[in-house]
Amino acid sequence: MAQQLPLLTYLLRRGDDNLILGQRLGEWCGHGPQLEEDIALANRALDVIGQARNYLQYAGEVEGKQRTEDDLAFLRPEREFVNCKLVEQHNGDYAHTMVRSFLYDAWHLPLQKALTKSSDERIAAIAGKAVKEISYHLRASSDWVIRFGDGTAESKERAQNALNALWTYTGELFVQDEVDQALIKAGVAPDMAKIKAEFDRTMDRVLAEATLERPADAYMATGGRQGVHSEHMGLLLAEMQYLQRAYPGAEW
Amino acid sequence: MNIQPPVKVFKRKAKPRTLADQNKNMENQELEERFQEKVDAELKIEPKDWMPEKYRKTLVRQISQHAHSEVVGMLPEGNWIGRAPSLKRKAILLAKVQDEAGHGLYLYSAAETLGTTREKTVEDLLSGKAKYSSIFNYPTLTWADIGAVGWLVDGAAIMNQVMLCRTSYGPYARAMVRICKEESFHQRQGYEIMSVLSKGTPEQLEMAQDALNRWWWPSLMMFGPSDAESPNSAASMKWKIKRQSNDELRQIFIDRTVQQAEVIGLTIPDPDLKWNEEAKKYAWGTIDWTEFNNVVAGNGPCNKERLVARNKAHDEGAWVREAAMAYAAKKAKQKAA
Repeated sequence: MAQQLPLLTYLLRRGDDNLILGQRLGEWCGHGPQLEEDIALANRALDVIGQARNYLQYAGEVEGKQRTEDDLAFLRPEREFVNCKLVEQHNGDYAHTMVRSFLYDAWHLPLQKALTKSSDERIAAIAGKAVKEISYHLRASSDWVIRFGDGTAESKERAQNALNALWTYTGELFVQDEVDQALIKAGVAPDMAKIKAEFDRTMDRVLAEATLERPADAYMATGGRQGVHSEHMGLLLAEMQYLQRAYPGAEW
Repeated sequence: MNIQPPVKVFKRKAKPRTLADQNKNMENQELEERFQEKVDAELKIEPKDWMPEKYRKTLVRQISQHAHSEVVGMLPEGNWIGRAPSLKRKAILLAKVQDEAGHGLYLYSAAETLGTTREKTVEDLLSGKAKYSSIFNYPTLTWADIGAVGWLVDGAAIMNQVMLCRTSYGPYARAMVRICKEESFHQRQGYEIMSVLSKGTPEQLEMAQDALNRWWWPSLMMFGPSDAESPNSAASMKWKIKRQSNDELRQIFIDRTVQQAEVIGLTIPDPDLKWNEEAKKYAWGTIDWTEFNNVVAGNGPCNKERLVARNKAHDEGAWVREAAMAYAAKKAKQKAA
């Protein structure tokens, strides 16, 4: 892992974030609070899985070992997944799922926007398509956070609890390690300080309207980018990778 | 295209109060004749048109059952979204289940045009009062079941739905046109899954054959009892809600599907299946209606799980719906102030 090309690691991170979030969102299908939300969640899942595929296909090409998007998704062990810990967290109740998406979208949108100006044309193209989708995601997740916060006493409590529980995973989104540094230098990736500023603005605006309290930046959980995940990650992969693992080499 | 609503014409006629009942009967008879003329002339019945109460009830029952089937049908297929064997398959399956949710929405709306509410209709599903297609009480045990459901279950459903595109009730017919487009796409996707599996490893071929074995007979049951035993069929045919009988549709499905199975090297699990050259159609075995009745009565492999899952989603989503309503009410009040 340490010898991996920075670009490859960067692409895997972008791919894995979306893939694991898509896997979690897919769990809701058929179980949403109303039919309209089933449709909306499936849409969201489809978008992020589409983005994951774009990034993983490119990662496979950059790696040069003829690995496909599916090889990367279904045949890597847990320690090689480099998604942030936020996306692997359990769905919990609908407030938990929506707050998780809100935090993710508020970071993901400025990141992908900045990536449209990447010196790497392939990344710029992937990001260009993703931005349209994520703009809609952020609007929808913000709307729900506001509805929950300013809805009933119960919804407010649930939303605040979710925010408090998930806040610890937001720090990792902005960490810049040597991979990021190398790519920032090459003009491939943006400086995360700018992304953080936009994330903060979104938090302040939406949480104020939702009458929710922004949790203090206390201890931030990290490790996902190095493949050190929560315990739920192994189970998530066990489900996702089951068929590919059970029938090696089969085409589907 | 609409004929002037007949109600207007009759309203103009002054009628002595004492003869009210008698007049009402005459009125209904005349209205019903007008209605039938319209149906026979292939004109669509629209929500505001007069319709016999039994026609309305039949449609409410049928459209709600159809809507519930779409929604409950999301569960056996959703069961494999997390385990789909490739990212492409995962995306296709997600999109398919999403389509089913969309079909549920159109159909609940179509039912609402007949004077029922979505809340009431859903309540009937959750309480176990309303029925949905029994096929969704069978479990999806392997990935090949996702192929079989698309190929056979959607394939069988399309037979009915294509016919329903020409059903006499306008909103139902129009919803069906859109649904059919998506369903035929699903059917092809399901068949393609089966085709890939049958050309794959011996284990995959076995998986595909096993799925066909388990889904074949329940799929044939989807068309409902044979014409002689189908209590609602005659009226539905007269009103052109239905245009082909259960047995006719079942036969078309069998003739088509047997050939499709042959192409991909799978065997239909019916030893009595034989091509009848004279009749130009397949002769086939006997459906086990005892099994069908048992599943309809609630004793299928997954009846309980399906209702538990729907109730759980509904109950756990209650606070979400309440929050959305409370927020909307607050905003409306602020706007008014």
